[in-house]
Amino acid sequence: MPDDATLAAKTGAVRRPLAHDSAAGHVSGLARYVDDIPEPPGTLHACAGLSSAGPGTLRALDVSPVKAAPGVVAVLTAEDVPGENNVGPVVHDEPILPEKTVSFAGQPLFLVVAENRMAARTAARLAHVEIEPADGVYTVDAALEAGRELHPPTKMVRGDVERALANAANRIDGEIRIGGQDHFYLEGQVSLAVPQEGDDLILYCSTQHPSEVQMLVAHALDVPVVAITVEVRRMGGGFGGKETQAAPFAVMAALAAAKLRRPVKLRLDRDDDMIATGKRHDFLGRYSIGVDDEGGIEVADITLASRCGFSHDLSRPINDRAMAHSDNAYFLPAVRITSHRCKTDTVSNTAFRGFGGPQGMMVIERAMDAIAAKLGEDPLTIRRRNLYGIGERDVTPYDMRVEDNVAPALVDQLAAESDYADRRAEIVAFNRSSQLAKRGIALTPVKFGISFTNTFLNQAGALIHIYRDGSIHLNHGGTEMGQGLFIKIAQIVADEFGLPLDRVRITATRTDKVPNTSATAASAGTDLNGRAAQEAARTLKARLSDMFRRHTGSKSNIIRFADSEITDGHFTLPFFQVVSLAYFDRVSLSATGYYRTPKIKWDAEAGKGRPFLYFGYGASVSEVEIDTLTGEYEVRAVDILHDVGRSLNPAVDLGQIEGGFIQGMGWLTCEELVFDDRGNLKTHAPSTYKIPCAGDRPERFSIRLFDNENKEGNLYQSKAVGEPPFMLAISVHSALCHAVSGAGPDRWWPNLDAPATPERVLRALAEAKAQ
Amino acid sequence: MTRPMTRSAIRFVHRGAVTTLDGFAPTRTVLEYLREDLHLTGTKEGCAEGDCGACTVILGRLAEDGAIRFEALNACILFVGSLDGAWLITVEDLAGPDGTLHPVQQAMVDHHGSQCGFCTPGFVMTLAAYQLAGAGAEIGTINSWLAGNLCRCTGYGPIQRAAHEVAGTDQPSWFAAEIDRALPLLGGLVHETVDIAGSDGRFFAPKDAGALADHLHDHPNATLVAGATDVGLWATKQLRDLPHLVNVKSARDLAAVTVTDGMIEIGSAATYSEAVPAILADYPEAETMFDRLGGVQVRNAGTIGGNIANGSPIGDSPPFLIAAGARLRLRQGEARREMALEDFFIEYGKQDLRPGEFVEAVLLPRRDPHALLGVYKISKRRDQDISSVLAALAVTVDASGGLCTDARLAYGGVAGTPALARQAMTALIDRPWTLASVRQAKTALAQDFAPLTDHRASAWYRLEVAGNLLERLYWQHQDDHGAMAAHA
Repeated sequence: MPDDATLAAKTGAVRRPLAHDSAAGHVSGLARYVDDIPEPPGTLHACAGLSSAGPGTLRALDVSPVKAAPGVVAVLTAEDVPGENNVGPVVHDEPILPEKTVSFAGQPLFLVVAENRMAARTAARLAHVEIEPADGVYTVDAALEAGRELHPPTKMVRGDVERALANAANRIDGEIRIGGQDHFYLEGQVSLAVPQEGDDLILYCSTQHPSEVQMLVAHALDVPVVAITVEVRRMGGGFGGKETQAAPFAVMAALAAAKLRRPVKLRLDRDDDMIATGKRHDFLGRYSIGVDDEGGIEVADITLASRCGFSHDLSRPINDRAMAHSDNAYFLPAVRITSHRCKTDTVSNTAFRGFGGPQGMMVIERAMDAIAAKLGEDPLTIRRRNLYGIGERDVTPYDMRVEDNVAPALVDQLAAESDYADRRAEIVAFNRSSQLAKRGIALTPVKFGISFTNTFLNQAGALIHIYRDGSIHLNHGGTEMGQGLFIKIAQIVADEFGLPLDRVRITATRTDKVPNTSATAASAGTDLNGRAAQEAARTLKARLSDMFRRHTGSKSNIIRFADSEITDGHFTLPFFQVVSLAYFDRVSLSATGYYRTPKIKWDAEAGKGRPFLYFGYGASVSEVEIDTLTGEYEVRAVDILHDVGRSLNPAVDLGQIEGGFIQGMGWLTCEELVFDDRGNLKTHAPSTYKIPCAGDRPERFSIRLFDNENKEGNLYQSKAVGEPPFMLAISVHSALCHAVSGAGPDRWWPNLDAPATPERVLRALAEAKAQ
Repeated sequence: MTRPMTRSAIRFVHRGAVTTLDGFAPTRTVLEYLREDLHLTGTKEGCAEGDCGACTVILGRLAEDGAIRFEALNACILFVGSLDGAWLITVEDLAGPDGTLHPVQQAMVDHHGSQCGFCTPGFVMTLAAYQLAGAGAEIGTINSWLAGNLCRCTGYGPIQRAAHEVAGTDQPSWFAAEIDRALPLLGGLVHETVDIAGSDGRFFAPKDAGALADHLHDHPNATLVAGATDVGLWATKQLRDLPHLVNVKSARDLAAVTVTDGMIEIGSAATYSEAVPAILADYPEAETMFDRLGGVQVRNAGTIGGNIANGSPIGDSPPFLIAAGARLRLRQGEARREMALEDFFIEYGKQDLRPGEFVEAVLLPRRDPHALLGVYKISKRRDQDISSVLAALAVTVDASGGLCTDARLAYGGVAGTPALARQAMTALIDRPWTLASVRQAKTALAQDFAPLTDHRASAWYRLEVAGNLLERLYWQHQDDHGAMAAHA
């Protein structure tokens, strides 16, 4: 592979495996995160005081001992919010600091501001808080029993499900519980609020959604949105956890800064971060499937219930997406998907890579395994039989036609290349002879819809300046959290101008450069912002082309930008020279670009429409071995084939696939959120909440890109890559089930929930032996 | 008694010069010092409890052979006072004077080892320590080195490849020159007792065990700290006021590991990294457990003495040491006493330790060549996780008759202290070493232990696995290994 300096100096950056634009900064410690910004003189540090219990009524909140603690400058409570006391992003149901009602254990109740961070943290523990406890509903089961849901159940229905189930040759019923997941971004939530003249305020914040932070801060401070500027250069990881969850703490920092007229930094301690911010929704999934004797699905009745927490947050679109991925890659002729959004007295759950899609897929993938077990078939046979067709059997439960289906070809190719059939036969033989160790293998597909289901969010803006020396300032509404968005868009813009990559300067996302942006989420960052940047570049190119024609007298309609030159094939001028000519000819060298996704529409009430522009596909094969004495296991081998269309940057895309897979594997294996019976999170630090580490990566791990192009004419025929690979890890869970089934009788499949900790595996093995 | 000479400031090497520092609070961490006082923000805080490695720095210390020994450590729970006598190296110190990246940094760039980049400085420092140590390029070795660093973005493959690339390579000329520059500076730092008393408290670092004994005699209520892998969290998480810290690790004579014909004597301040090689020479069965205990940063900081004195029911080394018949030597002033290690643990949170008394050494008998030994660590995640169950099972089987003549079955995670399973031992001893006896012993475990259910594991799982591990030991020593468990 050529080195990056060489690549960066060349034009034609798109499709090259370029390093992350900040790679050198990352490895040298020079890449600046919010907490690394030199603190302005007089900076204060804030810490939120968290409730020790909930739900309940706040009978007393005496902060006088807090105020009296060394170094404390101020204590803020709900009374100190001049504007709207809300950080609910969609429904206004989430207070910044509560007045009377404590909604969950771990909720911020007040804010301490002190001369240094340790003083603030120490003082935050000194308040006298009296909470009169109310009866809490903490789990999905309890909420279902109590009928506590954010809104009435949502349904997606096609055909006569009851009749089809009654008439089915075979019926398979089952249930699976799927745990939540902490984001565990390595950089916790952090904001630095710096007051400016008048009511203006600049906020440096680690957020995926600067525009929303800007708006919520403005509303809380009761100032026009224009007074607030939010800047995000980079995040130390986001994964959805900084889509809405950055806002409460950004707002708190801003409140303190505005009140005290001093810069205020609020950086959460890891434990506070894990206790006080939302996570992936845990789900209960139930299914009743009717299949013919060959395992072809005739009808599927699927019920999903998720723990949303005390407020709406993004639970509605998350559960919509869970429903819209309950089919995964399979055609469900008659189908009913029912979704319960359980309102619980726990932290409000939120976006996390996949946004409900992974949980929806887990249910149907369990059903596939259960069908195969019942019919005595290889699960892959059943999966293949039920994949969406091409030109037939291709309409989703939400009435969208699957027009770009590559799942059958992709699955065939992976099955062949991974030697699935032979390996499975060997494993079946191994399990017959091995008493203490059992092995399992599974191949599962992924089909993931790309676009925000809320149609209006599918818009983006960009801003490009060309300076007189020909250097390019690139700005857009997307935020960089490690996913390689900035380098991809820089590659696109460099190629538009025919310039080497190092002429394009990537700049921090700021609400005063590109306004009213959507969150960087839904895997759509590059698709949306890349197109907007491309539009801005093309506007400038049109102006420069006119300048070129005026200067050279060229009549050509085809002006090319390449190799740092502008040419019509006859005349050729250096890029910087045309820029200079344009300046002196009084041509604007700054342009905005804007993009809105075509074709999509979605009726959330009816659960019908075309919510997605296209689908990303992939499949994986995982092989595991379990120790039947302890339930410990090892993922022995993984083979992945994934569709990113024509890759904009194969290095970035492969990184997203591998990282997404391991993160998904963590969700389904070792990452366990444990709450006590009063809704207190017991696993709120890396000592107790275990994300995968290096040794968990399978030693044999093959990742290949599927040869495909995006038929929707997306940027260079590429496809989004952020979320889909996360769900490739479902094959690990399925393979663990297969291994456990090796300890049980024929045609038996374990009820192994997720995460499949060694303890859950050992319990499933006990169940196997009891059969 | 004559008071030894003391120094009222620490002295350490940093960026090519000797830094003299005093007046700091005893619980001030190296991470806070770097980021807040020096504004060196390359070193990151990910968790402030020594579990994620984002804050990894390297300390270099002059070894007896005159070379520098480098250790990766978590700066977030490393107290500033413990820098005395060391060379502090951070991510800012690796690149060349013209900005050329250090080979480990370049390898991370070339292999796309960073995405969000926040964990990256920590990985870079661990990799630099790995390269300096000349460790092997086998994947198991690499993973062991990387176990103390968490990455949420990459899936680790690119970082493993970067490690593989730098394995066995030399330092670039500029860093070799830095080492040459640091050597005489380190040589000029005199090892002496440090006593820093300021408005925020007192940090006392005795130069040897005698100075420690004297100081504790006068100040029995002082807080002892060794590797700070636990006490560090008292400061960063519990925000405890620790006004008087005594750094055991500065007493170098307490870090000695001495092997004689009958005994491996492990000084209480010896870190895992220092003590484990001598232990494994006799007890290779403990290798996997020690390899999975913490990450390299924790093994460089934590001490076996601390693991014992702390009294945790889930410390990993005590069950092994108990199974192997280790004894403990305690010291109070000039008075010393010894006891079987299992007798030290009285109940949860209570050890047989008197005011002013400290653990001086662990006395581990040399290996009984006839004993079968299994040391099994069970945790949710394989590496760097606290055990839900730790089983250390030593069984002696009469070679001729197949009779179990002795058994020491020690467990962690199933009771309030590390403890012997005496009922299960009784069920085994003087019985034939058969699966039937093993299953009898498994049943007896229920009389030995009534474990708790918590966020790591349920009582059911702990007890079930405690018994099954005895069965694992049995199967491991059968002739037919065809049906062996994967993780045996």
